[in-house]
Amino acid sequence: MLGINTVIAFSLCYVAFLFFVAFWAERRAKRGNATWLHSPLIYTLSLSIYCTAWTFYGAVGYAARSGLEFVTIYLGPTLMMIGWWWILRKLVRIGRAQRITSIADLVSSRFGKSTSLGVIVTVISVVAATPYIALQLQSVTLSFAVFAQSGGQLWQDADLNATATWVAVGLFVFTVIFGTRNLDANERHHGIVIAIAVEAVVKLIALLAVGVFVVWGIAGGPAEMMQRIDNSQIVLWDQDGGRWISLIFLSGAALLCLPRMFQVLVVENADERHLAIASWAFPTYLFLMSLFVVPIAVVGLDLLPVGSNPDLFVLTVPLQEGKQGLAMLSFLGGFSSATSMVMVATIALATMVSNHIVVPVWLSLRPSQQAVISGDIRHVILLARRLSIAGVLFLGLVYYRLSGGGTALAAIGLVSFSGAVQILPAMLGGVFWRGATRLGAATGLLIGLTVWLWTLFLPSFGDAALIGQTVLDQGPFGMAWARPQALFGIVGLDPLVHGLLWSMLLNTAGFIIVSLVTFPTPLERLQGAQFVNVFEHSAAAPAWTTAAAGAEDLLIMAQRIMGSEQAQAIFEREAVRQGKKGFLPEVTPSFVELLERDLAGSVGAATAHAMVGQLIGGSGVSVEDLIAVADEAAQILEYSSRLEAKSAEQEQTARALREANDKLTALSIQKDAFLSQISHELRTPMTSIRSFSDILRDGEIGLAEQKRYSGIIHDEAIRLTGLLDDLLDLSVLENGQVMLHVKTGNLGQLLERAIGAAGGLGDAFEIRSAPDLGDMRVTTDLDRLVQVFINLIANARKYCDAQTPCLRISCADHGDSYLIDFIDNGSGIAPENQQLIFEKFSRVADGSKAGGAGLGLAICREIMRRLGGDIAYLNGQYGTAFRVTLPKEKPADC
Amino acid sequence: MGKRVLLIEDEPNILEAISFILSRDGWTVHTHEDGETAMKKVIGFPPDMIILDVMLPGRSGFDILRDLRENQITKDIPVMMLTARGQEKDRELAMRLGANHFMTKPFSNADVRDHVRSLIDA
Repeated sequence: MLGINTVIAFSLCYVAFLFFVAFWAERRAKRGNATWLHSPLIYTLSLSIYCTAWTFYGAVGYAARSGLEFVTIYLGPTLMMIGWWWILRKLVRIGRAQRITSIADLVSSRFGKSTSLGVIVTVISVVAATPYIALQLQSVTLSFAVFAQSGGQLWQDADLNATATWVAVGLFVFTVIFGTRNLDANERHHGIVIAIAVEAVVKLIALLAVGVFVVWGIAGGPAEMMQRIDNSQIVLWDQDGGRWISLIFLSGAALLCLPRMFQVLVVENADERHLAIASWAFPTYLFLMSLFVVPIAVVGLDLLPVGSNPDLFVLTVPLQEGKQGLAMLSFLGGFSSATSMVMVATIALATMVSNHIVVPVWLSLRPSQQAVISGDIRHVILLARRLSIAGVLFLGLVYYRLSGGGTALAAIGLVSFSGAVQILPAMLGGVFWRGATRLGAATGLLIGLTVWLWTLFLPSFGDAALIGQTVLDQGPFGMAWARPQALFGIVGLDPLVHGLLWSMLLNTAGFIIVSLVTFPTPLERLQGAQFVNVFEHSAAAPAWTTAAAGAEDLLIMAQRIMGSEQAQAIFEREAVRQGKKGFLPEVTPSFVELLERDLAGSVGAATAHAMVGQLIGGSGVSVEDLIAVADEAAQILEYSSRLEAKSAEQEQTARALREANDKLTALSIQKDAFLSQISHELRTPMTSIRSFSDILRDGEIGLAEQKRYSGIIHDEAIRLTGLLDDLLDLSVLENGQVMLHVKTGNLGQLLERAIGAAGGLGDAFEIRSAPDLGDMRVTTDLDRLVQVFINLIANARKYCDAQTPCLRISCADHGDSYLIDFIDNGSGIAPENQQLIFEKFSRVADGSKAGGAGLGLAICREIMRRLGGDIAYLNGQYGTAFRVTLPKEKPADC
Repeated sequence: MGKRVLLIEDEPNILEAISFILSRDGWTVHTHEDGETAMKKVIGFPPDMIILDVMLPGRSGFDILRDLRENQITKDIPVMMLTARGQEKDRELAMRLGANHFMTKPFSNADVRDHVRSLIDA
């Protein structure tokens, strides 16, 4: 007889063996020569954590209680692996492209890195996994009890509880050692994976061995076995179609949604191609696991006394037959099933709890930059993981104690599955539907969680444990429509089908409706595109890397955030400061601090802090993941800078329009002023003419007055004509329609002509011109040039206010042109007016005295420009001084 | 001795013409040619009526009109504005500033005479 102590010793040896295998695998992995660790076989075997103690022991119990319905638990994943592998492939691709660490990370990441969604999914996962972990503790405890009882010991509840606690502690130790020994950037655990692969083999061999023993050893061969089965009650069970469909859906969806399945399927996946092999290898494994379930159940029902727990037939049938060794193997199989599930589940859940709840809270509580940069965060995360593992196991233990271990294993498992699949709408919606939004996902998840808690989880503690019988029968506070097992008055459904139907229906509806009426944020949009179109975004799945963040990673990230030039400049400067060449300096704390400050300028302090902190501290988010974040940030920055540019452009346009408008207004004002000036200049002489002609017509005046007044009329008429001539002349010159008659002459003669026309010599006004002007020949429009000279001389004559006015005219040969200066000895023109004088109607001096309209110099300037020269006021002379620049030969293009 | 008319105008020929017309009609005509000192001239020897040109050297006729209307001594003196610019908005501005009449150059002598008569008698 195997005593309980022998079993415990065996268990400890087995655990020690697993330790050895795990250590060995990790060492091989570290040395890098463990390619076989990444084989599709290992991947497939690791998927076998789907088959927990529930499957190992529970399937037989299920068959004994409900007939063939247990098959659905295998059919769901089989259909999923074979028919819906493309969903898995997309998840695996996204998981690798986005460096997803858990199912909570997937959902949160998809919906714009939403912290709240991460928390919701984590909570759902933890709550849903709790019954399942309790289930494992229960099965291990019960199997211990079987040996204890067969050894003659009578176990009390206290013993069971103590055993469960010790099992939990043992699992905690093992999981902590292999699950949180180090912080791998991509959450892969070689030791654990190898251990569960070994356990997968052990449990398959154990179950097959028991099956073979039952068929050939007890029944006497397959034919006899079939005979027994035909005679048994199992085939007589009514099968409920609704339950079948629900259960197939449930177990298929659970393959995607269970945190531990996501962990092995997506996170621990080393190569996407392994999925192709697993898609037939895993169903084969499931088939083998289910092959002997019915025979064992039938034989167990036949052999064992009525009232024996069918959940333990796998163990009790060999014991009954005295096969101690087989029973031991069977025990190890069940033990393996339980431990591997608990280990992976707690690791997955701990990752979620620490990444989505503990670390964000810790970061928000301790804003000190020092901790993150110095690597402190690694300890925090490891501690968070260990505490999370302890917490998850503790919750399982509490559930086990609360439920009293009284409920059938299968029922608990299904409740757990239904909880986990609440994540399905948000996950699939997020992966296949770009319109899905964060609010939609949160709504669906919360509705699903609530309905599941109410209709399935709370009632699962057993009759009246948490929910009173009255509530079950009449609803809370007498609200019949809210009865946990007859929601909205739907009665008669199987409680599981009922709960699953309502929770999934309301969950999906909430998700879709809220998604349709809300708008995704830019980050959600970006993430949505990257998830839904993952195959376009990641042509080749990158290999996993375990390299820690170096200067290169920081540079890549920095470049994506602030652009290549700036980032390279920062890195190069630091490298030079450290006495190195190139762009890759040592990643020193001071440099990191500097970089973070610079990054903060682009993405804000909090984001920069988190990114750099995670990259340096390695908080479990991979380098590529951060780079993806940086990519998004860069895109968002680019988007916003495009918007800025656009608004700047608009502002520029508006400014240009304003300027144009101002110019037009100014032009219109100028035009008004010009017309008003012309009007004034024309009307003034007209007024005199009209008024004096009226007076003359009236008669009654003396001869002297008559003569004087007709003189005024004459002068004003001439002034008027001159004004009109000037206006026409200027208009022609300005429009460029002027006809120029180019001839050759010499400057001396032209000046003499001008002096003569401007009033001649002889009076008080003295004109002195340089003696050698006669030699200076010029080819231009001579008449126009003389017009300019006349104007300048006449001006001097009119405006020079010296006692003995004098105008000096001098000429200098300046290569291709002559410089002709007209300088008088008057008081000159004030500097502020020196530019003004060339404008039309700008009579700086007293206009009435000059008798002109102020068009003379404007005309001069136009003429000189036509002749290819210029006229300018000469500053710094004692009197009024003009310089005429005249080309010796008029250029052809003027 | 007829009532005094002050004529503020910078064009000598127009000054002479208007002076002749008004003297012939029995008014005593004083003339002033500069905008800047026009106010001083008015306050120092307030006339019974003012004829004011708009475009004056130194100070515009509109500015002078504004000052006239703000000054206790001169605010009630009738003012006839003269302008050669002939724009409607000048007329509006003049009337708003308190001119009694606005006349565009060139004018008919009879008009000037009649308006001066009516403004002084009023």
